[in-house]
Amino acid sequence: MPTIEILGLEKTYTVGFWRKKPKRALHPLTLAIEDGEIFGFLGPNGAGKTTTLKMLMGLVFPTGGSARILGMDVNDPRVKAQIGFLPEQPYFYDYLTARELLEYYGRLSGLGGKDLSGRVQQMLGRVGLPEMGGVQLRKFSKGMLQRVGIAQAILHDPKVVFFDEPMSGLDPMGRRELRDLMEQLKQEGKTVFFSTHILSDAETLCDRVAVIHLGELRGVGAVAQLTSNVHGKVEVVWQGVVLAALKALGVECHVTGDTVRAVLAEENLDAAIDVVRRERMRLISVTPVRNTLEQYFVESLKHSEKSAGSVA
Amino acid sequence: MNTRITHIASNTFREAVRDRVLYNLIAFAVLLSGAAILVGQISIEIEKLVVINLGLTAVSLFGIVISIFIGIGLVSKEIEKRTLYTVLSRPVRRWEFIVGKFFGLAGTLVVNTFFMAIGVFGALFYVAHKFQASDSWVLVALYFIVLQFLIICALALLFSSFSSPLLSAVFAFSLFVIGSFSEDLRGFAQMATGATRWLVTGVSYLVPNFSALNIIASVAHGRPVSGQLILHNSAYALLYSAMALSAAILIFQRRNLK
Repeated sequence: MPTIEILGLEKTYTVGFWRKKPKRALHPLTLAIEDGEIFGFLGPNGAGKTTTLKMLMGLVFPTGGSARILGMDVNDPRVKAQIGFLPEQPYFYDYLTARELLEYYGRLSGLGGKDLSGRVQQMLGRVGLPEMGGVQLRKFSKGMLQRVGIAQAILHDPKVVFFDEPMSGLDPMGRRELRDLMEQLKQEGKTVFFSTHILSDAETLCDRVAVIHLGELRGVGAVAQLTSNVHGKVEVVWQGVVLAALKALGVECHVTGDTVRAVLAEENLDAAIDVVRRERMRLISVTPVRNTLEQYFVESLKHSEKSAGSVA
Repeated sequence: MNTRITHIASNTFREAVRDRVLYNLIAFAVLLSGAAILVGQISIEIEKLVVINLGLTAVSLFGIVISIFIGIGLVSKEIEKRTLYTVLSRPVRRWEFIVGKFFGLAGTLVVNTFFMAIGVFGALFYVAHKFQASDSWVLVALYFIVLQFLIICALALLFSSFSSPLLSAVFAFSLFVIGSFSEDLRGFAQMATGATRWLVTGVSYLVPNFSALNIIASVAHGRPVSGQLILHNSAYALLYSAMALSAAILIFQRRNLK
């Protein structure tokens, strides 16, 4: 049984004051996330990532479909005791200190007594704020608030953790620490579902990813599996000048001193090398460019925009 | 009480304290001590009447302002600042959140009223130099004022569950004003005829009957309050608050937190 099971979940809002029009935020979405996975939910801003997460948290009600976490309906209160959630750009009660906030959330999650104080201190240490427990949150920077947000999400030792754009507001060091934390959570057997538009993070962390755009799922699978379908590219470097014949092939060239670097599609490689030789330029290197998640992402977005354009 | 409701209520109380809501007590103390000194110098025989009238009216107005202005933000502020997301993603039901917020604000107002009551009795002692048995009715008037606060809190929460803070404030304040004249509305309904009579009667019973809860003038004159009125007003205020709170919960249960 998948840990998170999304079955045709969809959301349509009505917009406008007088003439209300339906606006579909999420087309029927079906996904299954297995136990112990780190699952990345990728998409540009406004793709429907946060809407999906809010429906999983019971904050927004779906107009169709259903979702189950740990085999229970998302609105079942028993589920809430076993999940942790970090919303996008979290804002907390700024009149509380970090320790008071975590204690409050801990009590709402059913923790209490000495266990709670120990757990709170442990969490503050885990997110790199061991000395900040007594400071009011109104004095915290954005990155520090994000760390407190992460602490509250994992405070009650949940089995499934949902992070909405967890890297936003964090400096490079903080991002690295968060990546390590996610790896640790995975090692502890927890399932991590996180949305992001920072693809390098997803690429290094995720067992599987799903790409969503304009409220529609564009692809789902392991990063290697998704990127293998992207058409390969090669980088050709030579000494000399930019060649008109290559430009005619649609190749974009970058010049540094007397060295020219061009990245082109694999199918144009033979023609490009022929041109370089014919013009008696000195060929320096031909290197295959590794397919990245970013390429897959950009291509699938372009594809979906084209299909949306053709439908329109 | 359910422990989650208690935690939400105590956090709401803590927010009010840390946001310096109780600082209004300083303004109240200045107003009342100034009035007591002034009244002591210029009034003859009616010092007590003036101090009770002024003191209880001030308790009522300060509390109404606090209950409206905090009440309207109880839910909308949490949605706007997204603090609600991390609360409702825990094992907290939406109705528990609303009820917890209500008790938190009600608790704040009870504590506030308690300190103001000490001020009123202090001023009373200052002008009369002694307490009389009839002064105990002031406590009943204070109790009725707290009942008014409960209704206002519940109404502010109700409006806050579906409307913007500004509109909620306008609705809540309008209802307070109309409710303060509900006895007059009922009198007007008696005199009207046809559809107007039905309409005005309907409105007068729908709006909270704050006139019945206002016995300030009566206790200032040392008149006793009947046990029946205390019972009736208690039942009325609790029922009205419970209904407004239930409506707030019904609306909030269905609300998408976008």
